[in-house]
Amino acid sequence: MATAAVAHADPHQLRGLAAAAEHAGPAPKRIVTAYGFWIFLLSDIIMFSCFFAAYAVLSGQTDGGPKGSELFDLRSVTAETGCLLLSSFTCGLASIAADERETTLFQLAMALTCALGLAFLSLELREFATLVARGAGPSRSAFLSSFFTLVGCHGLHVSAGVLWLLTMMAQVTAKGFRADIRRRIVCFALFWHALDIIWVAVFSVVYLLGAGQ
Amino acid sequence: MFGKLSWSAVPLDQPIPMAASGSVALVILAVLAWIVLAGHLPYLWREWITSVDHKRIGVMYTLLATVMLLRGFADALMMRAQQAVALHSQGFLPPEHYNQIFSAHGTIMIFFVAMPFVIGLMNLIVPLQLGVRDVAFPTLNSVGFWLTATGALLVNISLVIGEFARTGWLPYPPLSEMTYSPGVGVDYYLWSLEISGVGTLVAGINLVTTVLKLRTKGMTYLRMPMFCWTTLASNLLIVAAFPILTATLAMLILDRYLGFHFFTNEGGGNVMMFMNLIWAWGHPEVYILVLPAFGIFSEVVSTFSGKALFGYRSMVLATMAICVISFMVWLHHFFTMGAGPNVNAIFGIASMIIAVPTGVKIYNWLFTMYMGRIRFTTPMLWSIGFMVTFLLGGLTGVLVAVPPADFLLHNSLFLVAHFHNVIIGGVLFGAFAGYTYWFPKAFGFRLHEGLGKAAFWCWLIGFYVAFMPLYVVGLLGMTRRMQHYDVPEWRPWLLVASVGAIIILIGIAFQIAQLVVSIHRREELRDHTGDPWDGRSLEWATASPPPVFNFAVTPDVSGEDAYWSMKERARRQGTSDDSVAYTDIEMPRNSPTGFICAFFATIMGFALIWHIWWMVAAGAIGAFATFVAFAWRDHDEYVIAADDVARIDQANLAERRAVMSGAG
Repeated sequence: MATAAVAHADPHQLRGLAAAAEHAGPAPKRIVTAYGFWIFLLSDIIMFSCFFAAYAVLSGQTDGGPKGSELFDLRSVTAETGCLLLSSFTCGLASIAADERETTLFQLAMALTCALGLAFLSLELREFATLVARGAGPSRSAFLSSFFTLVGCHGLHVSAGVLWLLTMMAQVTAKGFRADIRRRIVCFALFWHALDIIWVAVFSVVYLLGAGQ
Repeated sequence: MFGKLSWSAVPLDQPIPMAASGSVALVILAVLAWIVLAGHLPYLWREWITSVDHKRIGVMYTLLATVMLLRGFADALMMRAQQAVALHSQGFLPPEHYNQIFSAHGTIMIFFVAMPFVIGLMNLIVPLQLGVRDVAFPTLNSVGFWLTATGALLVNISLVIGEFARTGWLPYPPLSEMTYSPGVGVDYYLWSLEISGVGTLVAGINLVTTVLKLRTKGMTYLRMPMFCWTTLASNLLIVAAFPILTATLAMLILDRYLGFHFFTNEGGGNVMMFMNLIWAWGHPEVYILVLPAFGIFSEVVSTFSGKALFGYRSMVLATMAICVISFMVWLHHFFTMGAGPNVNAIFGIASMIIAVPTGVKIYNWLFTMYMGRIRFTTPMLWSIGFMVTFLLGGLTGVLVAVPPADFLLHNSLFLVAHFHNVIIGGVLFGAFAGYTYWFPKAFGFRLHEGLGKAAFWCWLIGFYVAFMPLYVVGLLGMTRRMQHYDVPEWRPWLLVASVGAIIILIGIAFQIAQLVVSIHRREELRDHTGDPWDGRSLEWATASPPPVFNFAVTPDVSGEDAYWSMKERARRQGTSDDSVAYTDIEMPRNSPTGFICAFFATIMGFALIWHIWWMVAAGAIGAFATFVAFAWRDHDEYVIAADDVARIDQANLAERRAVMSGAG
């Protein structure tokens, strides 16, 4: 009777506490997996925040070497950003395709995502190679150490993501959209989008602020 | 071909490490030979090494912790002996060896004793208390354990091949930079902690998800046992703090391996950034360790007082308050490093504030005991010993949280006495209480009470005899980590301290004897019902040891102290409900993924330490291949038929009824 009264007064179950009083038991696996992966992503973002903090502390420590404004090529970085943001879009397409069990569209979207990811990585590697060739490698100054670590750590994540992406394409080819594989696709998509969010911060904090100094 | 590794890395000319590692190697070989010759290897592989059962993984974590405790304690004995003799002399340990010993002691005791001990107990008990069949990610759980074991293995390999860090348990730069520590010691430290840190992070994510998403029907947040709450808080801290450790050590690795300038004196590096980052992890770490211990004491005190925990909600609030404030006090670890009076004052006040929720907890335990029918079992003794000892440690902590006092006391043995006071009196006593309390749940028989009590008294008295003198010599001006000294006034106190260490050694001997005697007499110590202590939470609602699926029918919870209220209801109604509808149960299949991954991680870690680059690549490819192979499995679960579930469950219910009717 009391339950019915609550349900009547709160048709949209807005009162979290009332809903919690009737805790229904363990969540389904799909929810649990994605939830756990979200927590991993949060911890990963904390790791990045340490590298951001280190960069913030050390960005002025050029030790007589070049500053950011002398080094950054904003056109190339804009192209990188474009690649990554577009790849998030294609990754979203792949997620939709996975939900609809559209194998061809899924593989196509994943292949596009992979190509954009590789394009991003090659642009980044070219930038790194240019810097090293100009004598502005990571051991030149604390500023460059923290720059290479922050940006490189993101690049490593993208590389790991590309490896994961290829594995997922192979898995879908071999096994189809099995429940556990769909859960992994959800996690991969979360990972890929999280890398975008981090890149937006890298782009703003490192390149935009750095180029203005 | 082999990087920096050559025969000169083996310290054949140093008798102490060679004798120690030689005897350890002999023991390991003997155990391995016995396992193989007696035909136990297939069983061990099938049932333990590849197990993804949270109970078995919990037991293995705890076993790792106890073995490493012996190693860490051997280091402690050597330090006490060295300081007892090293007045006006070099003692028996040369400085470079002594420095490795205190570094290894701290590293091992924190990362490979305290951490695996509490993570092991959480793994073992939390799913049972929540009334579920496993943790959220069983295979990852196994990966986490084996990566922790990899870290422990690498630290111990450093005893024989190469050297360990001489920098203390936190490798402060610039001492830990390549310029001042060119050997592989710091690299051993860095890689073993990077690898075991990944394992800890995995365990943290797993337990947070388990508590937040897998509770049984009716188990709302405010019906969870206190231990589940402290587990949640502790693992949230792991998820938030361990990435900081990973990042910080990665920066030091880059400095050392690739000539980066994060913490160097040259190139614009910033040493203070290391202090801030490492303690932004390091202070939450203290609470990662002690919060689960608080949870254990809550369970033990409530059970053996025969009362519900006093002020449950205030306890929850205190736990979560500590969880948050623990991130706001890190600077008190380096008041003397020039932050200035205003910053010091803020962090000093924050450090004192965190004592408030801790005080709330102490009062809650005391009021739980008040008017209770107290049974003075071994776990209860550990809990009472903790309350007294931890209070003292907390008070000296408030003392060093006062910046002006800290300027006098920092880096002295007073500080060493303080943190041993809280870590032994808090974390270790809690771990021992949990070990004795939950041992029958894990193995189906109780531990011998008499020997347990003897061990407790030796530890308690030994602790006071060993560490009270260190407070005194600290006040007399003795700094920590001294290999020799020339102040005769310190000598008597250090002699007393070494006597204390020997009393603790006797306590450890009693604990080993307790284990041996209990296994020997397991039939008479058998826990038939699964509820040996008249417990209150759900882990006692199933058999000891629990079947692989934990609960034949997952419980439906209707209030706090879930199992206590079920027992009350059964007593009132005179009978328990026997008509149970059993169903098939799906359980995750065992998998060697964790073990194989750790195998490759060990290879990779060792290769990185010694700059053997081809081997690094081989290890990385192996680890990736293992994951792909795991992801390719078609059947990751197996089904236990309803009939089997019924048979197993009815056997336990029959035993419970027999005891109930016997008591009635």
